[in-house]
Amino acid sequence: MWLSTLLTVSVRALLGATPRWTGSQPTLDQRIYFANHTSHVDTVALWSALPPLLRTKTRPVAAADYWGADRVRRFVATRGLNALLIDRKRSDPDADPLAPLYEALGRGESLILFPEGTRQAQPLPGRFRTGLYHLAERFPEVELIPVYLENLHRSLPKGTLFPVPLICAVHFGVPLKRLGKEDKQAFLSRARNAVIGLAQ
Amino acid sequence: MSPIHKLIWLIGGVVLLLVIASLIGRALRRQARDESAIAIIDNLNARVRAWWSMVAVFAAAFLLGQNATIVMFAFVSFFALREFLTLTPTRLADHRALSLAFLFAIPFQSWLIATDWYGLFAIFIPVYGFLLLPSLSALAGDTENFLERSAKIQWGVMIAIYCISHLPALLLLRIPGYDGQNALLMFYLILVVQMSDVLQYVFGKLFGKAKIAPVVSPSKTVEGFVGGGASACVLGAAMWWITPFTPLQAAGMASVIVIMGFLGGLVLSAVKRSLGAKDWGSMIPGHGGVMDRMDSASFAAPIFFHMTRYWFT
Repeated sequence: MWLSTLLTVSVRALLGATPRWTGSQPTLDQRIYFANHTSHVDTVALWSALPPLLRTKTRPVAAADYWGADRVRRFVATRGLNALLIDRKRSDPDADPLAPLYEALGRGESLILFPEGTRQAQPLPGRFRTGLYHLAERFPEVELIPVYLENLHRSLPKGTLFPVPLICAVHFGVPLKRLGKEDKQAFLSRARNAVIGLAQ
Repeated sequence: MSPIHKLIWLIGGVVLLLVIASLIGRALRRQARDESAIAIIDNLNARVRAWWSMVAVFAAAFLLGQNATIVMFAFVSFFALREFLTLTPTRLADHRALSLAFLFAIPFQSWLIATDWYGLFAIFIPVYGFLLLPSLSALAGDTENFLERSAKIQWGVMIAIYCISHLPALLLLRIPGYDGQNALLMFYLILVVQMSDVLQYVFGKLFGKAKIAPVVSPSKTVEGFVGGGASACVLGAAMWWITPFTPLQAAGMASVIVIMGFLGGLVLSAVKRSLGAKDWGSMIPGHGGVMDRMDSASFAAPIFFHMTRYWFT
């Protein structure tokens, strides 16, 4: 897809988006990458830090109320980035907003997830929402990789229009350990701390 | 011989130098036994390989003509500024100033050179940039570390855009009896400044003992500076025939380039360390970042430019 190539090439040229595999290696194992979220470039940056072969099997998760709001955004998200759009606003109270993610994981695809659900003004992540926990519960064999996106909060922070081209790095950490029966909040704060740990 | 033919011959000479350096590097690598020597020689060979790419880029731009050269230096400024500001702590309130520096100041400064507008070229960043960039940050209403943030942004913009732009600006100078040969003058500056760096490195590695400023730059030694600097001056004097200078004047100009280049390396090393880094980046294998390669040129270029402009135009 020409748009994917254009997006990855321009983000890499402008921001570097250098991958740093400090805790894990790029492999074909099924994974959920979860990262801090500070800018609109995050998805493309993380996605382009993956080797091309992994990229085709890894689907970013994006909010339908933003990325599906008009035709251009929908085209960029679904065609350019092969994203899965989810209904974070729960417009249909009976439907499970995570259903498309369960389906994708069932097909053997990997996911890129921003568990905070929205962009933050500061580099370190805020409270994680529960989606990651439910996905991890239902798919215990999928590797959970914490990712820290460095400097992207300076490049294109929330509320700004033009990016500042700074060198950004994508840190991939050690897969999060599965502790069997773990309380939801304990799991989420452990996951969040794994991302924070990569910032140092 | 026409200027373009001279340029082709000169680039041929540089290529020959690189062939010799590559062969020496290979021979040294075969002889090396202990680990520290191997590490040094591997770094040396990485540097030589990076030189091949850099020479290829410069040669292509030079041979494509004036506009290609200006565009190439705009990219050098872009990468240098990116490295500088990546290491510089800024805040959200600086976003507009930073965007403007990248998206407007770099292309505009290049455009001023391309359209031969010397008056604005000389003051655009030191006057307009100096006053307006901090104004943008102040309008965003954040006073935390305001002076430090503004000063750091100004430094980055001055070094990475303004100082480096004096290399392509040599194309603007109208030197009587030297029409159409300004590309050679730019080649001369780059050759002397970079050879001075290389020779200081070689002399330092071979004979270096007394460190000049161990805290700022551990690799700079008295022996390296004197030996390498003097050789670069001799080289500069020997290359007088591609410049508008007499041999004696060329020797004087070369020593100015050497001294300013040395100071540039020293000062930017101090800046880098005060920002808590060892290298500016990792774009050029063996050397570090673009700023690591352009530090001496950024100091030598403006002074060389103005001395040439004052005495020879």
